[in-house]
Amino acid sequence: MPANRFNGHSDYGIGIGLRVPHYSHILSKKPVVDWFEIISENFMVEGGRPLQLLDTILEQYRVVQHGVSMYFGSADKPDRTHLKRLKGLVKRTKTPWLSDHLCWGSVDGTYTHDLLPMPYTFAAARRTAEKIRQIRDYLEVPICVENVSSYAEFHASEMTEWEFLTEVVELADCGILLDVNNIYVSSKNHGFNPYDYVNNVPHHRVGQMHIAGHTKFEKYILDTHDHPVLDPVWKLYAHATRLCGITATLLEWDDKIPSFDEVHGEALKANEFIDGAKKAAV
Amino acid sequence: MKRPPKHAPSRIASTDDLRAFQRMMASAITRPLTADDKLQPRWIDGRAMDKVAAEFIKPNDRLTSFERLQLYNRMYWFRLFDAIRDDCPGLLAALGERAFGRLTQAYLARHPSRSFTLRDLCSRLERFILEEPRLTAPRTALAAEIARFEWAQTVAFDGPARPVIAASHLARTPPSRLRIGLQPYITLLELRHPIDTYVIAVKRRDALRSEASNTPGAAAVHRAFRRAALPRPRRTHVAVHRHNNRLFYKRLDPAAFRILEALGSGSTLSRAIAAGGPRVTPAQVKAWFGSWMALGWFCAYGNKRRRAAS
Repeated sequence: MPANRFNGHSDYGIGIGLRVPHYSHILSKKPVVDWFEIISENFMVEGGRPLQLLDTILEQYRVVQHGVSMYFGSADKPDRTHLKRLKGLVKRTKTPWLSDHLCWGSVDGTYTHDLLPMPYTFAAARRTAEKIRQIRDYLEVPICVENVSSYAEFHASEMTEWEFLTEVVELADCGILLDVNNIYVSSKNHGFNPYDYVNNVPHHRVGQMHIAGHTKFEKYILDTHDHPVLDPVWKLYAHATRLCGITATLLEWDDKIPSFDEVHGEALKANEFIDGAKKAAV
Repeated sequence: MKRPPKHAPSRIASTDDLRAFQRMMASAITRPLTADDKLQPRWIDGRAMDKVAAEFIKPNDRLTSFERLQLYNRMYWFRLFDAIRDDCPGLLAALGERAFGRLTQAYLARHPSRSFTLRDLCSRLERFILEEPRLTAPRTALAAEIARFEWAQTVAFDGPARPVIAASHLARTPPSRLRIGLQPYITLLELRHPIDTYVIAVKRRDALRSEASNTPGAAAVHRAFRRAALPRPRRTHVAVHRHNNRLFYKRLDPAAFRILEALGSGSTLSRAIAAGGPRVTPAQVKAWFGSWMALGWFCAYGNKRRRAAS
Protein backbone atom coordinates (compact mmCIF):
# COMPACT_ATOMS: atom_id res chain seq x y z
CA MET A 1 0.00 0.00 0.00
CA PRO A 2 2.53 2.64 -0.99
CA ALA A 3 -0.21 5.04 -1.97
CA ASN A 4 -3.62 5.06 -0.38
CA ARG A 5 -6.37 7.48 0.51
CA PHE A 6 -4.88 7.99 3.95
CA ASN A 7 -1.68 9.51 2.60
CA GLY A 8 -3.27 11.43 -0.22
CA HIS A 9 -2.43 8.70 -2.76
CA SER A 10 1.15 9.82 -2.57
CA ASP A 11 4.12 7.56 -3.12
CA TYR A 12 6.78 8.99 -0.84
CA GLY A 13 9.95 7.14 0.02
CA ILE A 14 12.22 7.62 2.99
CA GLY A 15 12.27 10.98 4.73
CA ILE A 16 13.82 12.59 7.74
CA GLY A 17 12.68 15.23 10.19
CA LEU A 18 13.59 18.83 9.36
CA ARG A 19 15.64 19.95 12.36
CA VAL A 20 17.45 23.20 13.23
CA PRO A 21 21.04 21.82 13.34
CA HIS A 22 20.68 20.74 9.71
CA TYR A 23 19.24 23.95 8.28
CA SER A 24 22.50 25.41 7.00
CA HIS A 25 23.60 22.10 5.46
CA ILE A 26 20.28 21.66 3.67
CA LEU A 27 20.19 25.23 2.40
CA SER A 28 23.80 25.27 1.21
CA LYS A 29 24.28 21.68 -0.05
CA LYS A 30 20.73 20.96 -1.21
CA PRO A 31 21.05 17.22 -0.53
CA VAL A 32 18.71 14.81 -2.30
CA VAL A 33 16.05 13.73 0.19
CA ASP A 34 12.73 12.09 -0.66
CA TRP A 35 10.83 14.30 1.77
CA PHE A 36 11.01 16.17 5.04
CA GLU A 37 8.64 15.87 7.95
CA ILE A 38 8.10 19.14 9.80
CA ILE A 39 6.71 19.61 13.28
CA SER A 40 3.65 21.70 12.48
CA GLU A 41 3.79 23.70 15.71
CA ASN A 42 7.29 25.01 14.91
CA PHE A 43 5.85 26.79 11.89
CA MET A 44 2.46 27.85 13.25
CA VAL A 45 3.85 31.31 13.85
CA GLU A 46 2.94 34.63 12.32
CA GLY A 47 6.24 35.68 10.79
CA GLY A 48 10.00 35.77 10.98
CA ARG A 49 12.67 33.25 10.17
CA PRO A 50 10.67 30.04 10.64
CA LEU A 51 8.29 30.85 7.80
CA GLN A 52 11.07 32.21 5.58
CA LEU A 53 12.99 28.98 6.04
CA LEU A 54 9.92 26.86 5.42
CA ASP A 55 9.18 28.67 2.16
CA THR A 56 12.76 28.07 1.00
CA ILE A 57 12.49 24.38 1.83
CA LEU A 58 9.13 24.13 0.07
CA GLU A 59 10.67 25.45 -3.14
CA GLN A 60 12.85 22.35 -3.35
CA TYR A 61 11.45 19.56 -1.20
CA ARG A 62 8.29 17.67 -0.44
CA VAL A 63 7.11 18.33 3.09
CA VAL A 64 4.68 16.44 5.31
CA GLN A 65 3.25 17.93 8.47
CA HIS A 66 3.45 16.11 11.78
CA GLY A 67 1.80 17.61 14.84
CA VAL A 68 2.42 17.20 18.55
CA SER A 69 -0.40 19.15 20.17
CA MET A 70 -3.71 18.36 18.51
CA TYR A 71 -4.49 15.89 21.30
CA PHE A 72 -7.22 13.95 19.52
CA GLY A 73 -7.86 12.07 22.76
CA SER A 74 -8.40 15.06 25.03
CA ALA A 75 -11.99 15.42 26.20
CA ASP A 76 -11.82 19.15 25.40
CA LYS A 77 -13.30 20.40 22.14
CA PRO A 78 -10.79 21.21 19.39
CA ASP A 79 -9.29 24.67 19.79
CA ARG A 80 -10.57 26.78 16.89
CA THR A 81 -7.62 29.18 16.97
CA HIS A 82 -5.20 26.29 16.82
CA LEU A 83 -7.12 24.71 13.93
CA LYS A 84 -7.24 27.97 12.00
CA ARG A 85 -3.47 28.38 12.25
CA LEU A 86 -2.96 24.74 11.33
CA LYS A 87 -5.16 25.10 8.27
CA GLY A 88 -3.13 28.10 7.18
CA LEU A 89 0.00 25.99 7.38
CA VAL A 90 -1.65 23.11 5.50
CA LYS A 91 -2.41 25.51 2.65
CA ARG A 92 1.17 26.76 2.70
CA THR A 93 2.86 23.35 2.67
CA LYS A 94 0.25 21.50 0.58
CA THR A 95 0.97 18.49 2.75
CA PRO A 96 -0.63 15.40 1.17
CA TRP A 97 -1.55 14.10 4.60
CA LEU A 98 -1.20 15.27 8.16
CA SER A 99 -0.35 13.25 11.23
CA ASP A 100 -0.65 13.68 14.97
CA HIS A 101 -0.77 11.37 17.94
CA LEU A 102 -3.37 9.07 19.43
CA CYS A 103 -3.06 10.58 22.87
CA TRP A 104 -4.22 13.38 25.08
CA GLY A 105 -2.25 16.20 26.67
CA SER A 106 -4.52 19.06 27.62
CA VAL A 107 -7.55 19.48 29.84
CA ASP A 108 -9.65 22.59 30.48
CA GLY A 109 -7.27 24.50 28.19
CA THR A 110 -4.16 23.71 30.23
CA TYR A 111 -1.40 22.04 28.23
CA THR A 112 1.06 19.45 29.54
CA HIS A 113 3.08 19.40 26.28
CA ASP A 114 3.32 15.64 26.64
CA LEU A 115 1.85 12.77 24.61
CA LEU A 116 -0.14 11.07 27.35
CA PRO A 117 -1.54 7.57 26.89
CA MET A 118 -5.27 7.04 26.59
CA PRO A 119 -7.43 4.85 28.75
CA TYR A 120 -8.40 2.22 26.16
CA THR A 121 -12.19 2.32 26.48
CA PHE A 122 -15.00 2.35 23.93
CA ALA A 123 -16.26 5.73 25.12
CA ALA A 124 -12.79 7.24 24.76
CA ALA A 125 -12.49 5.72 21.28
CA ARG A 126 -15.83 7.22 20.22
CA ARG A 127 -14.89 10.67 21.52
CA THR A 128 -11.46 10.51 19.90
CA ALA A 129 -12.84 9.38 16.54
CA GLU A 130 -15.45 12.13 16.62
CA LYS A 131 -12.72 14.73 17.11
CA ILE A 132 -10.57 13.31 14.33
CA ARG A 133 -13.53 13.51 11.95
CA GLN A 134 -14.27 17.12 12.96
CA ILE A 135 -10.66 18.14 12.53
CA ARG A 136 -10.24 16.36 9.20
CA ASP A 137 -13.43 17.93 7.87
CA TYR A 138 -12.17 21.37 8.86
CA LEU A 139 -8.62 20.92 7.57
CA GLU A 140 -9.70 19.11 4.39
CA VAL A 141 -6.64 16.86 4.38
CA PRO A 142 -6.29 13.12 5.16
CA ILE A 143 -5.22 12.38 8.73
CA CYS A 144 -3.02 9.57 10.03
CA VAL A 145 -2.93 8.97 13.78
CA GLU A 146 0.26 7.79 15.40
CA ASN A 147 0.53 5.29 18.23
CA VAL A 148 2.58 6.76 21.11
CA SER A 149 5.13 5.16 23.39
CA SER A 150 3.89 4.91 26.95
CA TYR A 151 5.04 4.24 30.48
CA ALA A 152 1.70 3.71 32.21
CA GLU A 153 -1.44 1.61 31.76
CA PHE A 154 -4.78 2.23 33.37
CA HIS A 155 -7.23 0.08 35.32
CA ALA A 156 -10.09 1.61 33.35
CA SER A 157 -8.87 0.19 30.01
CA GLU A 158 -11.23 -2.26 28.34
CA MET A 159 -9.01 -3.46 25.47
CA THR A 160 -5.43 -3.65 24.23
CA GLU A 161 -3.72 -0.65 22.70
CA TRP A 162 -3.87 -2.09 19.19
CA GLU A 163 -7.56 -2.83 19.60
CA PHE A 164 -8.10 0.75 20.71
CA LEU A 165 -6.11 2.09 17.76
CA THR A 166 -8.17 -0.09 15.41
CA GLU A 167 -11.44 1.02 17.02
CA VAL A 168 -10.53 4.69 16.65
CA VAL A 169 -9.32 4.57 13.04
CA GLU A 170 -12.30 2.48 11.93
CA LEU A 171 -14.77 4.86 13.59
CA ALA A 172 -12.95 7.92 12.26
CA ASP A 173 -12.20 6.29 8.90
CA CYS A 174 -8.69 7.68 9.04
CA GLY A 175 -5.18 6.40 8.50
CA ILE A 176 -2.44 5.15 10.80
CA LEU A 177 1.06 6.46 11.22
CA LEU A 178 2.57 3.24 12.53
CA ASP A 179 5.52 4.04 14.78
CA VAL A 180 7.30 0.72 15.11
CA ASN A 181 9.78 2.09 17.65
CA ASN A 182 6.90 3.21 19.86
CA ILE A 183 5.36 -0.25 19.59
CA TYR A 184 8.65 -1.80 20.63
CA VAL A 185 9.16 0.63 23.55
CA SER A 186 5.62 0.11 24.86
CA SER A 187 5.88 -3.66 24.43
CA LYS A 188 8.89 -3.72 26.74
CA ASN A 189 7.30 -1.34 29.24
CA HIS A 190 4.01 -3.23 29.36
CA GLY A 191 5.05 -6.78 28.57
CA PHE A 192 3.21 -7.56 25.34
CA ASN A 193 4.44 -9.08 22.10
CA PRO A 194 5.13 -6.27 19.60
CA TYR A 195 4.37 -8.65 16.71
CA ASP A 196 0.85 -9.14 18.06
CA TYR A 197 0.42 -5.38 17.79
CA VAL A 198 1.70 -5.15 14.21
CA ASN A 199 -0.22 -8.25 13.13
CA ASN A 200 -3.54 -6.96 14.40
CA VAL A 201 -3.83 -3.39 13.17
CA PRO A 202 -5.70 -2.74 9.89
CA HIS A 203 -2.77 -2.79 7.47
CA HIS A 204 -4.67 -1.14 4.66
CA ARG A 205 -4.97 2.02 6.78
CA VAL A 206 -1.24 2.48 7.34
CA GLY A 207 -0.24 5.61 5.46
CA GLN A 208 3.17 6.22 7.01
CA MET A 209 5.68 4.62 9.37
CA HIS A 210 8.09 6.06 11.92
CA ILE A 211 11.38 4.56 13.02
CA ALA A 212 13.62 5.93 15.78
CA GLY A 213 16.12 5.10 18.49
CA HIS A 214 15.33 4.61 22.16
CA THR A 215 17.20 4.31 25.45
CA LYS A 216 17.10 1.35 27.82
CA PHE A 217 17.07 1.94 31.55
CA GLU A 218 17.04 -0.66 34.29
CA LYS A 219 13.28 -0.84 34.70
CA TYR A 220 11.88 0.74 31.56
CA ILE A 221 12.68 2.01 28.06
CA LEU A 222 12.36 5.67 27.09
CA ASP A 223 11.51 6.87 23.61
CA THR A 224 14.41 9.31 23.40
CA HIS A 225 14.99 9.68 19.63
CA ASP A 226 18.67 10.23 20.34
CA HIS A 227 20.20 7.03 18.94
CA PRO A 228 20.37 5.06 15.72
CA VAL A 229 17.53 2.58 15.26
CA LEU A 230 18.13 -0.60 17.23
CA ASP A 231 18.05 -4.06 15.65
CA PRO A 232 14.77 -5.26 17.21
CA VAL A 233 13.06 -2.16 15.81
CA TRP A 234 14.46 -2.78 12.32
CA LYS A 235 13.16 -6.34 12.49
CA LEU A 236 9.75 -5.12 13.53
CA TYR A 237 9.86 -2.55 10.72
CA ALA A 238 10.69 -5.27 8.19
CA HIS A 239 7.75 -7.33 9.48
CA ALA A 240 5.40 -4.32 9.30
CA THR A 241 6.58 -3.55 5.77
CA ARG A 242 5.83 -7.12 4.69
CA LEU A 243 2.30 -6.78 6.06
CA CYS A 244 1.48 -3.20 5.09
CA GLY A 245 3.46 -2.87 1.88
CA ILE A 246 6.19 -0.39 1.19
CA THR A 247 5.10 2.73 3.01
CA ALA A 248 6.39 6.28 3.37
CA THR A 249 8.90 6.00 6.20
CA LEU A 250 10.47 8.63 8.39
CA LEU A 251 13.40 8.47 10.80
CA GLU A 252 12.95 10.59 13.93
CA TRP A 253 16.16 11.90 15.50
CA ASP A 254 15.39 14.76 17.88
CA ASP A 255 18.12 14.88 20.52
CA LYS A 256 21.93 14.67 20.36
CA ILE A 257 21.41 15.19 16.65
CA PRO A 258 24.46 14.17 14.58
CA SER A 259 25.37 15.44 11.11
CA PHE A 260 22.81 15.55 8.35
CA ASP A 261 24.64 12.78 6.48
CA GLU A 262 24.60 10.50 9.50
CA VAL A 263 20.89 10.98 10.09
CA HIS A 264 20.05 10.57 6.42
CA GLY A 265 22.31 7.51 6.16
CA GLU A 266 20.55 5.92 9.11
CA ALA A 267 17.16 6.57 7.51
CA LEU A 268 18.25 5.06 4.21
CA LYS A 269 19.02 1.77 5.95
CA ALA A 270 15.27 1.25 5.68
CA ASN A 271 15.89 0.48 2.00
CA GLU A 272 17.47 -2.86 2.96
CA PHE A 273 14.23 -3.92 4.60
CA ILE A 274 12.11 -2.51 1.83
CA ASP A 275 14.14 -4.52 -0.69
CA GLY A 276 13.64 -7.59 1.48
CA ALA A 277 9.89 -7.00 1.47
CA LYS A 278 9.93 -6.61 -2.33
CA LYS A 279 11.75 -9.92 -2.78
CA ALA A 280 9.38 -11.66 -0.41
CA ALA A 281 6.46 -10.35 -2.42
CA VAL A 282 7.80 -11.72 -5.73
CA MET B 1 -7.52 23.51 35.12
CA LYS B 2 -10.56 22.68 37.21
CA ARG B 3 -10.17 20.80 40.46
CA PRO B 4 -9.77 17.04 39.91
CA PRO B 5 -12.35 14.57 41.22
CA LYS B 6 -11.78 13.02 44.64
CA HIS B 7 -11.16 9.67 42.95
CA ALA B 8 -10.30 8.81 39.35
CA PRO B 9 -13.31 7.18 37.66
CA SER B 10 -13.04 3.41 37.77
CA ARG B 11 -14.96 3.18 34.46
CA ILE B 12 -14.76 5.56 31.55
CA ALA B 13 -18.10 5.28 29.84
CA SER B 14 -18.65 8.87 28.73
CA THR B 15 -16.81 12.02 27.71
CA ASP B 16 -17.46 13.40 31.22
CA ASP B 17 -15.72 10.35 32.71
CA LEU B 18 -12.84 10.86 30.30
CA ARG B 19 -12.56 14.52 31.32
CA ALA B 20 -12.60 13.59 35.03
CA PHE B 21 -9.86 11.01 34.41
CA GLN B 22 -7.78 13.53 32.49
CA ARG B 23 -8.19 16.19 35.21
CA MET B 24 -6.98 13.66 37.76
CA MET B 25 -3.90 12.63 35.81
CA ALA B 26 -3.01 16.14 34.61
CA SER B 27 -3.30 17.45 38.17
CA ALA B 28 -0.96 14.71 39.34
CA ILE B 29 1.71 15.17 36.70
CA THR B 30 1.71 18.97 36.92
CA ARG B 31 2.13 19.04 40.72
CA PRO B 32 5.50 20.53 41.66
CA LEU B 33 8.29 18.03 42.26
CA THR B 34 9.86 17.55 45.68
CA ALA B 35 13.28 19.03 46.37
CA ASP B 36 14.90 15.82 45.16
CA ASP B 37 12.85 15.77 41.94
CA LYS B 38 10.29 13.17 42.99
CA LEU B 39 6.52 12.93 42.91
CA GLN B 40 5.06 14.44 46.08
CA PRO B 41 4.26 11.74 48.65
CA ARG B 42 0.86 13.25 49.50
CA TRP B 43 -2.08 14.08 47.24
CA ILE B 44 -3.86 17.43 47.47
CA ASP B 45 -6.35 16.01 50.01
CA GLY B 46 -3.58 14.58 52.20
CA ARG B 47 -3.92 10.95 51.15
CA ALA B 48 -0.79 8.92 50.44
CA MET B 49 0.11 9.42 46.77
CA ASP B 50 0.99 5.77 46.23
CA LYS B 51 -2.61 4.86 47.13
CA VAL B 52 -4.03 7.56 44.85
CA ALA B 53 -1.82 6.48 41.93
CA ALA B 54 -2.79 2.84 42.45
CA GLU B 55 -6.46 3.76 42.03
CA PHE B 56 -6.01 4.48 38.32
CA ILE B 57 -2.55 3.34 37.19
CA LYS B 58 -1.61 -0.31 36.92
CA PRO B 59 1.73 -1.38 38.36
CA ASN B 60 3.92 -3.84 36.46
CA ASP B 61 6.56 -6.32 37.54
CA ARG B 62 9.24 -3.57 37.69
CA LEU B 63 7.47 -0.32 38.58
CA THR B 64 4.78 0.61 41.08
CA SER B 65 1.85 2.80 40.08
CA PHE B 66 3.55 5.64 41.95
CA GLU B 67 6.79 5.19 40.00
CA ARG B 68 4.98 5.11 36.67
CA LEU B 69 3.15 8.32 37.49
CA GLN B 70 6.41 9.84 38.70
CA LEU B 71 7.97 9.27 35.26
CA TYR B 72 5.34 11.52 33.71
CA ASN B 73 5.59 14.04 36.56
CA ARG B 74 9.34 14.38 36.03
CA MET B 75 9.10 14.53 32.25
CA TYR B 76 6.53 17.34 32.52
CA TRP B 77 8.71 19.50 34.74
CA PHE B 78 12.01 18.76 33.04
CA ARG B 79 10.49 19.60 29.64
CA LEU B 80 9.11 22.93 30.84
CA PHE B 81 12.27 23.80 32.78
CA ASP B 82 14.32 23.15 29.64
CA ALA B 83 12.02 25.35 27.58
CA ILE B 84 12.34 28.26 30.02
CA ARG B 85 16.11 27.85 30.28
CA ASP B 86 16.34 28.01 26.49
CA ASP B 87 14.26 31.19 26.34
CA CYS B 88 15.76 32.92 29.39
CA PRO B 89 19.54 32.41 29.52
CA GLY B 90 20.02 35.96 30.82
CA LEU B 91 17.62 35.48 33.71
CA LEU B 92 19.24 32.17 34.59
CA ALA B 93 22.69 33.75 34.60
CA ALA B 94 21.55 36.67 36.76
CA LEU B 95 19.74 34.59 39.37
CA GLY B 96 21.86 31.46 39.44
CA GLU B 97 20.61 27.88 39.20
CA ARG B 98 18.93 27.62 42.59
CA ALA B 99 16.95 30.86 42.55
CA PHE B 100 16.06 30.37 38.88
CA GLY B 101 14.75 26.89 39.68
CA ARG B 102 12.62 28.21 42.57
CA LEU B 103 11.26 31.01 40.41
CA THR B 104 10.36 28.86 37.42
CA GLN B 105 8.71 26.15 39.51
CA ALA B 106 6.58 28.73 41.32
CA TYR B 107 5.78 30.49 38.03
CA LEU B 108 4.69 27.34 36.24
CA ALA B 109 2.67 26.20 39.24
CA ARG B 110 0.76 29.51 39.12
CA HIS B 111 0.73 29.84 35.33
CA PRO B 112 0.75 26.44 33.65
CA SER B 113 0.87 26.56 29.87
CA ARG B 114 -2.37 27.72 28.26
CA SER B 115 -1.02 27.54 24.73
CA PHE B 116 -0.44 24.68 22.30
CA THR B 117 3.11 25.95 21.89
CA LEU B 118 5.93 26.25 24.42
CA ARG B 119 6.88 29.47 22.65
CA ASP B 120 4.35 31.33 24.81
CA LEU B 121 5.55 29.89 28.11
CA CYS B 122 7.32 33.04 29.36
CA SER B 123 4.69 35.57 28.32
CA ARG B 124 3.67 36.26 31.94
CA LEU B 125 7.03 35.82 33.63
CA GLU B 126 7.88 39.51 34.08
CA ARG B 127 4.55 40.19 35.76
CA PHE B 128 4.96 37.16 38.02
CA ILE B 129 8.43 38.30 39.09
CA LEU B 130 6.98 41.66 40.14
CA GLU B 131 4.05 40.00 41.92
CA GLU B 132 6.35 37.66 43.88
CA PRO B 133 9.46 39.73 44.66
CA ARG B 134 10.60 37.36 47.44
CA LEU B 135 11.56 34.79 44.78
CA THR B 136 14.14 37.07 43.16
CA ALA B 137 15.14 39.40 46.00
CA PRO B 138 17.39 41.36 46.06
CA ARG B 139 17.50 41.39 42.25
CA THR B 140 13.79 41.69 41.51
CA ALA B 141 13.96 44.86 39.42
CA LEU B 142 16.83 43.48 37.37
CA ALA B 143 15.15 40.08 36.98
CA ALA B 144 11.91 41.67 35.80
CA GLU B 145 13.78 43.74 33.20
CA ILE B 146 15.66 40.71 31.90
CA ALA B 147 12.41 38.70 31.67
CA ARG B 148 10.79 41.56 29.75
CA PHE B 149 13.78 41.77 27.42
CA GLU B 150 13.90 38.03 26.77
CA TRP B 151 10.17 37.91 26.02
CA ALA B 152 10.69 40.78 23.56
CA GLN B 153 13.22 38.56 21.78
CA THR B 154 10.58 35.85 21.36
CA VAL B 155 8.18 38.41 19.88
CA ALA B 156 10.87 39.76 17.56
CA PHE B 157 11.84 36.27 16.40
CA ASP B 158 8.51 35.12 15.00
CA GLY B 159 5.94 37.83 15.62
CA PRO B 160 3.81 39.03 12.71
CA ALA B 161 5.00 41.63 10.22
CA ARG B 162 2.71 44.07 8.42
CA PRO B 163 3.30 45.57 4.97
CA VAL B 164 5.92 48.30 5.22
CA ILE B 165 4.49 51.74 4.69
CA ALA B 166 5.80 53.61 1.64
CA ALA B 167 7.70 56.87 1.98
CA SER B 168 5.29 58.41 -0.53
CA HIS B 169 2.45 57.78 1.95
CA LEU B 170 4.29 59.81 4.55
CA ALA B 171 4.78 62.63 2.11
CA ARG B 172 1.12 62.64 1.04
CA THR B 173 -0.42 63.24 4.45
CA PRO B 174 0.16 66.36 6.57
CA PRO B 175 2.13 65.57 9.77
CA SER B 176 -0.71 66.94 11.87
CA ARG B 177 -3.00 64.19 10.55
CA LEU B 178 -0.54 61.39 9.83
CA ARG B 179 -0.53 58.35 12.13
CA ILE B 180 2.03 55.59 11.61
CA GLY B 181 2.04 52.13 13.13
CA LEU B 182 5.09 50.27 14.38
CA GLN B 183 5.70 46.70 13.24
CA PRO B 184 4.14 44.33 15.79
CA TYR B 185 7.40 42.42 16.19
CA ILE B 186 9.16 45.52 17.62
CA THR B 187 9.24 46.05 21.38
CA LEU B 188 10.40 49.39 22.74
CA LEU B 189 12.03 49.05 26.14
CA GLU B 190 12.93 51.74 28.63
CA LEU B 191 15.21 49.97 31.08
CA ARG B 192 17.05 50.85 34.26
CA HIS B 193 19.92 48.56 33.29
CA PRO B 194 21.73 47.94 29.97
CA ILE B 195 20.11 44.52 29.58
CA ASP B 196 21.03 44.31 25.89
CA THR B 197 24.77 44.23 26.53
CA TYR B 198 24.28 41.89 29.48
CA VAL B 199 22.32 39.38 27.39
CA ILE B 200 24.94 39.59 24.64
CA ALA B 201 27.64 38.87 27.23
CA VAL B 202 25.72 35.89 28.59
CA LYS B 203 25.19 34.46 25.12
CA ARG B 204 28.86 34.94 24.29
CA ARG B 205 29.85 33.24 27.52
CA ASP B 206 27.48 30.33 26.82
CA ALA B 207 28.90 29.97 23.32
CA LEU B 208 32.46 29.91 24.67
CA ARG B 209 31.49 27.35 27.29
CA SER B 210 29.97 25.21 24.60
CA GLU B 211 33.06 25.46 22.41
CA ALA B 212 35.29 24.71 25.38
CA SER B 213 33.32 21.73 26.56
CA ASN B 214 35.40 19.14 24.71
CA THR B 215 38.79 20.63 25.39
CA PRO B 216 41.27 19.55 28.06
CA GLY B 217 40.83 21.66 31.18
CA ALA B 218 37.24 22.38 30.29
CA ALA B 219 36.28 22.62 33.96
CA ALA B 220 38.64 25.54 34.49
CA VAL B 221 37.21 27.27 31.45
CA HIS B 222 33.70 26.71 32.78
CA ARG B 223 34.65 28.29 36.08
CA ALA B 224 36.12 31.28 34.26
CA PHE B 225 32.89 31.81 32.34
CA ARG B 226 30.56 31.00 35.19
CA ARG B 227 29.10 34.42 35.46
CA ALA B 228 28.78 37.45 33.22
CA ALA B 229 29.10 40.59 35.34
CA LEU B 230 25.68 41.84 36.38
CA PRO B 231 24.80 45.15 34.74
CA ARG B 232 25.10 48.30 36.80
CA PRO B 233 22.12 50.66 36.74
CA ARG B 234 22.11 52.90 33.69
CA ARG B 235 19.01 54.23 31.98
CA THR B 236 18.85 52.50 28.61
CA HIS B 237 16.45 52.80 25.71
CA VAL B 238 16.41 49.97 23.23
CA ALA B 239 14.25 48.51 20.48
CA VAL B 240 14.23 44.71 20.18
CA HIS B 241 13.46 43.99 16.55
CA ARG B 242 14.39 41.89 13.55
CA HIS B 243 15.86 42.74 10.20
CA ASN B 244 16.08 40.29 7.32
CA ASN B 245 14.65 37.80 9.85
CA ARG B 246 17.60 38.15 12.20
CA LEU B 247 17.23 39.35 15.77
CA PHE B 248 18.71 42.76 16.67
CA TYR B 249 18.80 45.17 19.58
CA LYS B 250 18.98 48.84 18.62
CA ARG B 251 19.95 51.45 21.18
CA LEU B 252 17.85 54.57 20.94
CA ASP B 253 18.42 58.14 21.98
CA PRO B 254 15.86 58.94 24.73
CA ALA B 255 14.20 61.52 22.49
CA ALA B 256 14.00 59.03 19.63
CA PHE B 257 12.49 56.51 22.02
CA ARG B 258 9.80 58.99 23.06
CA ILE B 259 8.95 59.71 19.44
CA LEU B 260 8.58 56.02 18.61
CA GLU B 261 6.60 55.41 21.77
CA ALA B 262 4.23 58.22 20.89
CA LEU B 263 3.78 56.91 17.35
CA GLY B 264 3.13 53.43 18.72
CA SER B 265 0.42 54.73 21.00
CA GLY B 266 -1.38 56.55 18.19
CA SER B 267 -0.07 60.10 18.23
CA THR B 268 0.07 62.00 14.98
CA LEU B 269 3.49 62.50 13.47
CA SER B 270 3.69 66.15 14.56
CA ARG B 271 2.66 65.31 18.14
CA ALA B 272 5.10 62.40 18.24
CA ILE B 273 7.97 64.62 17.14
CA ALA B 274 6.96 67.15 19.77
CA ALA B 275 7.08 64.34 22.35
CA GLY B 276 10.78 64.07 21.57
CA GLY B 277 11.33 67.36 23.38
CA PRO B 278 12.49 70.87 22.48
CA ARG B 279 16.14 69.91 21.97
CA VAL B 280 15.45 67.59 19.07
CA THR B 281 16.70 69.14 15.85
CA PRO B 282 15.17 68.67 12.38
CA ALA B 283 18.42 67.02 11.28
CA GLN B 284 18.11 64.43 14.06
CA VAL B 285 14.50 63.71 13.18
CA LYS B 286 15.42 63.27 9.54
CA ALA B 287 18.27 60.90 10.37
CA TRP B 288 16.20 58.83 12.77
CA PHE B 289 13.27 58.47 10.44
CA GLY B 290 15.60 57.60 7.59
CA SER B 291 17.08 54.80 9.67
CA TRP B 292 13.70 53.50 10.87
CA MET B 293 12.27 53.57 7.36
CA ALA B 294 15.30 51.65 6.06
CA LEU B 295 14.72 49.03 8.77
CA GLY B 296 11.09 48.68 7.71
CA TRP B 297 9.76 49.59 11.13
CA PHE B 298 6.65 51.46 9.98
CA CYS B 299 3.35 50.04 8.87
CA ALA B 300 -0.15 51.40 8.50
CA TYR B 301 -1.57 52.56 11.81
CA GLY B 302 -4.45 50.60 13.31
CA ASN B 303 -3.76 47.01 12.31
CA LYS B 304 -1.15 46.26 14.90
CA ARG B 305 -0.98 43.99 17.88
CA ARG B 306 1.78 45.39 20.00
CA ARG B 307 2.48 44.88 23.64
CA ALA B 308 3.08 47.82 25.92
CA ALA B 309 6.51 47.10 27.28
CA SER B 310 7.99 50.21 28.77
